[in-house]
Amino acid sequence: VAYLADGPEKGKIAAIVNVIDQNKVLIDGPTSGVTRQAYPIKQIHLTAMKVNFAFDAPTKIVRKELTEAKVDEKWAESSWAKRLENKAKRVAMTDFDRFKLRKAKAHRNKIIAKALNSKKKSLRKAGKL
Amino acid sequence: MRAKGTLREFRVIGRKMPTENEPETPLYRMRIFAPDAVVAKSRFWYFLRQLRKFKKTTGEIVSVEEIKERKPLQIKNFGIWLRYDSRSGTHNMYREYRDLTVSGAITQCYRDMGARHRARAHSIQIIRCEPVAASKCRRPLVQQMHDSKIKFPLPCRVQKQGGRLVKANRPGTYFQ
Repeated sequence: VAYLADGPEKGKIAAIVNVIDQNKVLIDGPTSGVTRQAYPIKQIHLTAMKVNFAFDAPTKIVRKELTEAKVDEKWAESSWAKRLENKAKRVAMTDFDRFKLRKAKAHRNKIIAKALNSKKKSLRKAGKL
Repeated sequence: MRAKGTLREFRVIGRKMPTENEPETPLYRMRIFAPDAVVAKSRFWYFLRQLRKFKKTTGEIVSVEEIKERKPLQIKNFGIWLRYDSRSGTHNMYREYRDLTVSGAITQCYRDMGARHRARAHSIQIIRCEPVAASKCRRPLVQQMHDSKIKFPLPCRVQKQGGRLVKANRPGTYFQ
């Protein structure tokens, strides 16, 4: 199973059905909305997920194997997909979101700083620092 | 011809204009690979002039149809027989390409001929293009793909798009 990092189906995952030649593979992602097509290898990032079916298997078989292996759920749970989601969220932030982020960060840093400083103070008092 | 974009396959049928002596003239069909129907008709006349005794002014094109690939999702090995003019003579060639469609393979052929032999599109004549069974393929570059358990690493992945002009760290080339 590969993540399509570029090109017309950017951002989706699909299974590699066969290799056309050094630069192109035949991909198919019936459960993720990718029609069967040729795709350049340069625009594909392989995931660790593997699904077993014979090469050139029809889309029906690919769909069956992908749903059985729960590939879409596993992908959504993976940290890779979550990182992509967070990146997308960051890019889509409005000014209000940035304001909220700033306030949240400031609040968190205050808690950390408070804990750190009180620890420092107690150590200094005990002569350890 | 300029082989713009991916070429498309056309079936062009033409005939000599019927005259009083010859009221029923035979139809001639050609399989032309061209970027569009206009160029297809032009190429049709170019070839027909060489093969038969009539030309655009004395003939007519009966039909131009674009032929879509029958099985565009099946990987095929295409053998292409062609004839091209080099700087010092004209030669025949047989080349093989692996692709999903005939048009894709022919487009690859034009690009490849341009790259390897500096042959321009106008000096290339496609004689025949047919899917070839895997056992009958002759070119090692195509034969190496005939492996049901094929695997190959992607050793040096250079990212052309994306990334800043100036980076703090060296970009890596190992990633899946």
